[in-house]
Parts: sequence; structure tokens; C-alpha cells
Amino acid sequence: MMVSFFDQFASPSYLGIPLIAIAIALPWVLYPTPPARWINNRLITIQGWFINRFTNQLMLPLNVGGHKWALLLASLMIFLITINMLGLLPYTFTPTTQLSLNMGFAVPLWLATVIIGMRNQPTVALGHLLPEGTPIPLIPVLIIIETISLFIRPLALGVRLTANLTAGHLLIQLIATAVFVLLPMMPTVAILTAAVLFLLTLLEVAVAMIQAYVFVLLLSLYLQENV
Amino acid sequence: MTYKFLIPIIVVPVVQRKLGDVRLNELCVWLGQGLFLKNHNTWYYRKYIDVRRGGIGRISMLLTGYCVLCYIWNYPHLKKERWRKYH
Repeated sequence: MMVSFFDQFASPSYLGIPLIAIAIALPWVLYPTPPARWINNRLITIQGWFINRFTNQLMLPLNVGGHKWALLLASLMIFLITINMLGLLPYTFTPTTQLSLNMGFAVPLWLATVIIGMRNQPTVALGHLLPEGTPIPLIPVLIIIETISLFIRPLALGVRLTANLTAGHLLIQLIATAVFVLLPMMPTVAILTAAVLFLLTLLEVAVAMIQAYVFVLLLSLYLQENV
Repeated sequence: MTYKFLIPIIVVPVVQRKLGDVRLNELCVWLGQGLFLKNHNTWYYRKYIDVRRGGIGRISMLLTGYCVLCYIWNYPHLKKERWRKYH
């Protein structure tokens, strides 16, 4: 039987080579680079159109200083979406289930937004620690609360992505095991559970995309405050 | 009335044929002159004119190969998840 349901998240390594290296490099292979042509083929045109639309949407609330982050945020989004979607294939390894990777994305990028804010406009950046219109007796408490919320942001960003993906994969594995066990005993119940599994897989596809989007969107919001 | 015997035979010079169309006694001629008469524009034709059409087969092969690779990578661990030790 299953040794443990969490073993699927252990970083696999074969003959000393970790699989995470291949899993992280794979998204690069899947997106063709636009060649130096005036008009490309349909696939590359569609790809460019999507990326342009997305970056346009993302950069709407940001002022011009934030537009320097367009390349970083767009490529981060594509990377996370591809990794999450590839993790839904059988037997594959999802690097974003590793907290180390997500914190590795979240902490430096959040810290960058904070440092940019503190360097360029320290008054405004510190002013975000106190929302407008707070009653005077509440001010000391609220500053402490806002500081804590500021420092918890990278943790929340990283853990949100990790937890959502891990929970999704775990649910899929549990329900699949249930279907497999029930099949000889109660086929009808097994078929119903299989329907639940199908719906869950669709949900996971959506979650994979949404979580990547939320990550990048929140980063852009933090940037908007600070830039 | 059939015209089968009137099919014209198109003669192509030996050097310009592909290897599959060369007869055995013409092989030496083909090798000798074919090595010197290289078409210098082949890269241009190959890059811009003889372009392959992409399809769903290519990426599905890539993803299937990736799944197989991950299975092989994880096999020492998956071995422990059998329901029976001996099959």
C-alpha cells in the first residue's frame, strides 16, 4: 500500500540528478521564440497576443516606474502557469509544491518592492502603514498590525501557492486511491467517485492557473503601493 | 486503346538525383561529383522555404516522453507502493 500520501512531494533524485532541474527547465522548451520575421506563424502570433494582453492588463494600475517590472512579472506568470499545468500530468513532479521554491520567488520580489518604496519615497511607503481615517486611539495598535501584515506578505505569497497546489494534488491522489480500492467491491460507488475525480481534476486545472495569476497580481499590487 | 507504352521517361542528370534514385553502376559517379557540387543555398531553402508544419503530434510526444521520464525517475520510490510484493 501507499507508504505515505505525502511521499509524492519528496524531491525525486535518480543517480544523483534531481528531477526538479528538468521540471524547472521544461517550460522554456514549450514556448517557441519568435524568429526575426516580420509576420510570424499563427502559433507565435497567438502566443505574443496573449502575453501582450496579459501584460497590458497587469500594467494598468501601475504608473510608469512600475512598467520596468513588466518583463519580470509576465515571465513569472508564464513560468508558474506552465509548471502548475505540467504538474497535473501523471507521474510528473511539480516544483511549486516545494515551499523552498515558492519562498525563493516570494521573498526577493516582495523585498524588492519594499526596498524600492523605502528608497524612492520613504514617507509614502511608511505612510501605508496607517490607513486613512483611523480613529486616534486606534493608531498605535494599527501601526503594529500593519507592520506585521507587511512582514507576513512574503510568507503568505509563498505558502498560498504551496498549500493550494499541494492540497490539490493530495486530494486527487486520495480520491484516485478511493476509486481504485472501491472498484472491485462497489462499482457504482466507484463510478460516482470517478465522476468526482474528474470534476476535481478540472478544478485543479483552474486552480493551477488562478494561483499563478494571484501570485503575480499581488506582487503588482505591492509594487503599485511602493513605486 | 491504351497509352501505357507511351509514358515518357524523364532523364535527370545523375548528380542531381537523391541516393535512392541512383543506380548501382552510377554510384561512383554520384559520389565523386556529388561531393564537389554542393548547393550553397541549401541552408536558406531549409530555413525559410522547406518549413515543417507544427502539429499536435509533436508536443504530445514531448509531454508523453516527459511523463515516461518522470516515471523512470520515480521508479525506485514507486516500487514500494505495490499492493503485493510478488506478482
